[in-house]
Amino acid sequence: MSEGLIKNIKDLAGEHNLASGTSICAGCGALETVKLFCDILGKNTVFVNAAGCMTLLAIYPFTPFSGSWLYTAMASASAGAQGIRDALDILIKKGRLSAAEDLKVIVLTGDGSAYGMGLSATSAAIDRCLDFYYLCYNNEGYGNTGHQDSAATPYGARTATSSSGAGFIGRKKDLFSIWAAHKPAYLATVIAAEPMDFARKVETAMKIKGPKMFISLAPCPTGWHYEPHQTVSIGKLAVQTGIWPLKEYKDGKVTHTKVIKEKLPVEEYLKLQGRFEHLFTPEKNLVLINEIQSSVDQYWIDI
Amino acid sequence: MTHQILVTGNAAAAWGARLSSVDYIPAFPITPQTEIIETLSGWINNGEMDSHLTMYESEHSMITAAGSAATAGVRVFTATSSQGLMYGMEMIFAIPGWRVPFVLVNVSRGLASPITLECDHNDILAARDSGCIQIHCSTCQEILDSVIIGYKISEHIKIRLPVIVNLDGFYLSFTREPVEIPEQHKVIQYLGEYNPMNDIYSASAPQARGLIVLVGSQYSYFRYQAHLANLKALDVYKEAAEEFTLQFGRNYSVIESYKIDDAEYCFIMVGSFSTKAKSAADLLRSEGWRIGLIRPRLIRPFPSEELRILLSGIKGAAVIDQNISFGKGGILYTEITSALYGADGNYPVTGSFIGGLGGRDITIDEFIVIAGEMREYVQKGKQPDTRLLFTEDELQQIKKIQLIAGTENS
Ligand SMILES: Cc1ncc(C[n+]2csc(CCOP(=O)(O)OP(=O)(O)O)c2C)c(N)n1
Ligand code: SF4
Ligand SMILES: [Mg+2]
Repeated sequence: MSEGLIKNIKDLAGEHNLASGTSICAGCGALETVKLFCDILGKNTVFVNAAGCMTLLAIYPFTPFSGSWLYTAMASASAGAQGIRDALDILIKKGRLSAAEDLKVIVLTGDGSAYGMGLSATSAAIDRCLDFYYLCYNNEGYGNTGHQDSAATPYGARTATSSSGAGFIGRKKDLFSIWAAHKPAYLATVIAAEPMDFARKVETAMKIKGPKMFISLAPCPTGWHYEPHQTVSIGKLAVQTGIWPLKEYKDGKVTHTKVIKEKLPVEEYLKLQGRFEHLFTPEKNLVLINEIQSSVDQYWIDI
Repeated sequence: MTHQILVTGNAAAAWGARLSSVDYIPAFPITPQTEIIETLSGWINNGEMDSHLTMYESEHSMITAAGSAATAGVRVFTATSSQGLMYGMEMIFAIPGWRVPFVLVNVSRGLASPITLECDHNDILAARDSGCIQIHCSTCQEILDSVIIGYKISEHIKIRLPVIVNLDGFYLSFTREPVEIPEQHKVIQYLGEYNPMNDIYSASAPQARGLIVLVGSQYSYFRYQAHLANLKALDVYKEAAEEFTLQFGRNYSVIESYKIDDAEYCFIMVGSFSTKAKSAADLLRSEGWRIGLIRPRLIRPFPSEELRILLSGIKGAAVIDQNISFGKGGILYTEITSALYGADGNYPVTGSFIGGLGGRDITIDEFIVIAGEMREYVQKGKQPDTRLLFTEDELQQIKKIQLIAGTENS
């Protein structure tokens, strides 16, 4: 979209609102997500965090955020956001805070929280039409505790609690559809490896009042077992293989924002990651790879 | 003008919040607390109260929001009971570390299992070690007044901790008593306009709250700070109560004592059944006993010194616990005896009685039996074993229904 301030990749380098030098793993896709989000959203923010890897961004007595931060709990960050939003509105209404001091309220959680423990509080926040941003960085597992499987873990991936030959036998929950069913003001999938798509979506959301929901696939070298420098290429492959569809929900309609004409085979994405190594060695598990491929193909046929 | 009306304990709690001009009320229903949030909601909806109430989907969320809104600079009131307090317990323990003020009213109700709607104190006492200050009430007037005093303590610059005001489900929540409603402007004068101090997020003054620490020394530092603040609340409470007496005439010492000056014996308990202990003491006194009641209003911070002063010279003290710590006994008993152990002075033989679980009545006759037993133990000079207040008749009743339902194997 052209009406935004960010027209090309160079514009993205303009503002930096997240200081570097945090204790996050090298090559962390989630950190890229948070950084991009902060840069686009600006300084006037309060992040409400649920337990996860990003909790380690703000370690006493330092915070890398230009804005404010409150750690709540794994299950209730959305409720924490509601409390702050309500409080800011009350203060402004009663004249105890000037409107110029107002802040954007952002929930920052991992997938374990978003897809599981935090879902009830988030669902209720959408029900109440809370004016907030919700950013789920999805590393497809309970990363902070050593990458056990969560409800966002993909079929076939090995995790700390799915180490058999089959990997994780569950199916990734379709959180996008669950949220869409709540009719939020805005909802999108994003990935930091596609920064222009990401930026356009955040800019779109910034013009809308109400719940603005983001799920960002966040490649995780530590949990997915690949080299830190591969984060961007793996992220791009997630999109190009069709595994991570980039889409948005607005005014009751779902639109795919990047339709790949010639999708790459899922293998290209899977083979770079140690968590899928058992699909390739000691011999190729064609049955499982084909199963993953056909579920991706089916998705793109169905839409 | 001050006026007196007949209200339930729940309505008295709501009045406390209304008169304190709370800005924000995160809410979730649970019997026997519901009347509090419905009353507040009614006042807001008909314009009698300038506040905002948000319904949450759980107490875990509700208490999170109470804390988060407090970090953002508004005066917050919330209320729950029993399973709700337990469901929010993660946050009850987390939020004192944020060092923000608010008042939470807990309407005590026994915990599952079995399920009950009736009162005992295991819910509130599970929050004992959380860092929240605890005020226990025995009358409807005291509930209203304690909410107001609660804000005074909670918001004090040296405290900044949540205050839980406890009242008994059914016995107080649904019992109407005459309650004096103070004038709003006097309450505001007493509390002052809300001062958020550092608790405010704004574009020009960002803050970070609830951070992680990576070393035990920092953790110890902050935990001990919260402990010291909680202890400090004893003095702050006394000042707040004194000022309250000056403004409103009613007197709330950290421990209520009834006919203790010349007493040889006493009951020690918290909550509404203590009013029956007073009647029992009166009756016993008419038969020549020198007996009274000691009722701690503050359980956290625990008024150890004040307790020692009151108990000095008493021969026998019966601690009546409306709670039970499985595998140990009465929680209040443990608290009381630990305050006496090793202290210099002449302290009583203490007996531990568990009663009133799940709202079971404690009868005047039972208080009289307890007093008699305490006298025997004093004569023997030994601490009695823990006793459950439970009659042979009650046991037979249970056996009977079990027999009818065929639930017990022979
Ligand atoms: C109530 C509760 N249970 C368990 C934990 C332990 N815990 C901390 S972070 C975490 C994983 C969170 O996973 P996710 O939301 O995906 O975030 P990530 O760690 O992947 O960044 C868990 C289980 C906790 N903090 N709170
Ligand atoms: S474990 Fe993964 S998501 Fe967590 S900080 Fe490391 S790279 Fe990032
Ligand atoms: Mg995760």
